Amino acid sequence: MSVEVVLPGALADLAGGARHLDLRPDGGTLAAVLDALAATHPVLGRRIRDEAGAVRRFVNVYVDGEDVRWQGGLAAAVPDGAVVHVLPSVAGG
Amino acid sequence: MTDLLAIGTRKGLWLARSEDDRRTWTLDGPHLLAQEVAAVSIDNRRAAPRLLAGVQYGHWGPSVTWSDDLGGSWHETDSGAIRFPADTGAALGRVWQLRPDTADRPDVVWAGCEPQSLWRSTDGGCSFSLVRGLWDHPHRPTWEPGAGGGAVHTVLPDPDTRRVTVAMSTGGVYVSDDGATGWRPHNRGISAVFLPEPPEYGQCVHKVAADAGDPRRMYAQNHFGVFRTDDGGASWASIAEGLPVDFGFPIAASPTTPGTAWVVPLVADVQRVPPDGRLRVHRTRDAGASWTEVGAGLPDGSWTAVLRDAFCTDDHEATGLYVGTRDGCVYASADEGDTFSTVAEHLPDVLVVRAARLP
Repeated sequence: MSVEVVLPGALADLAGGARHLDLRPDGGTLAAVLDALAATHPVLGRRIRDEAGAVRRFVNVYVDGEDVRWQGGLAAAVPDGAVVHVLPSVAGG
Repeated sequence: MTDLLAIGTRKGLWLARSEDDRRTWTLDGPHLLAQEVAAVSIDNRRAAPRLLAGVQYGHWGPSVTWSDDLGGSWHETDSGAIRFPADTGAALGRVWQLRPDTADRPDVVWAGCEPQSLWRSTDGGCSFSLVRGLWDHPHRPTWEPGAGGGAVHTVLPDPDTRRVTVAMSTGGVYVSDDGATGWRPHNRGISAVFLPEPPEYGQCVHKVAADAGDPRRMYAQNHFGVFRTDDGGASWASIAEGLPVDFGFPIAASPTTPGTAWVVPLVADVQRVPPDGRLRVHRTRDAGASWTEVGAGLPDGSWTAVLRDAFCTDDHEATGLYVGTRDGCVYASADEGDTFSTVAEHLPDVLVVRAARLP
């Protein structure tokens, strides 16, 4: 299967300047997508998830426009051809 | 000879250099803009001095990054320098302290982190191992976080033995005599005003500094109270008499002159500002038996605070002092606190300052 991951500008440097990554995860879940991303871009992977595997508190992830918080989190289904957006939440100061 | 001052703030790192024995400073930065730098060290044991920074990438989590060209380029380990082992179920919250060990342990660097944990690197800070003896200590589940979070914020490796002393908020002081394997609380005599009885551990010790003459003599700025131990922490006694107030965050000891130490008093508990808005340093020359207000050149009308790591010394014979404030000012003294000059203004909140002489 193939999945497109869309990154915010703040993370593009960690993907060689790319804002779009085409990944081929081993499974159809968000966890599998993020595992595939971390395998090729380990620092980028650490920016999105902590070492316990949790998506960081102020990172929002959407699968085909749906917030994964309400779709099972890391277990959220990611179908073939899905678009996964990674976005920073509104926070800071 | 260059004196280098690293200034970590809530939104980046600045470097100040002096080429004239600390009379004037040139500010360079920001480095790591928009990243919180709560811990920094200048490791000048190496051929090329290494800047090591504990950073928080805003939304994107904490990490350790280093520069071997004084901020020209920064690097981090792909997998992360500090990673909790999977069996702990924990995740790094913030790096609070980066402490290079002594010159005869050239690649050893200690890190104090949130959640309360101690880490040891043997490769100059590129990767760290969790000190399991402290993490697995039966007291750990009952260590509570202070208002800023629960962290090991002080690491004091003994230069002559395998002893290591740490302090945390809260939890207090813990000591290992076997190279960081076994740990015992060492808080007898340190108050805990937020508990009904003085506990064995759980004190909110804000910072500890070791005396120049004897590493077993240490000074502690507590959450109310300033204390000294002469027996490596086995017992502590108040040395607050003579200070205007006994609250504050940092404490620093001269690395060259035994008995000399400094505090930055703040009115507390709620206000946490300098008494009467006068930012001043108080100095002892007799290990806390008496204190003298010093700090000509520090401001009046300063309703700010100095955090626990935003105060440091250098290692000149006449000890230099460096003070950073939450309103983004940095002051330097080349005469042990008698007089200060302004190094920087209008920076973000200063979280940490560290000074070193570069070869």
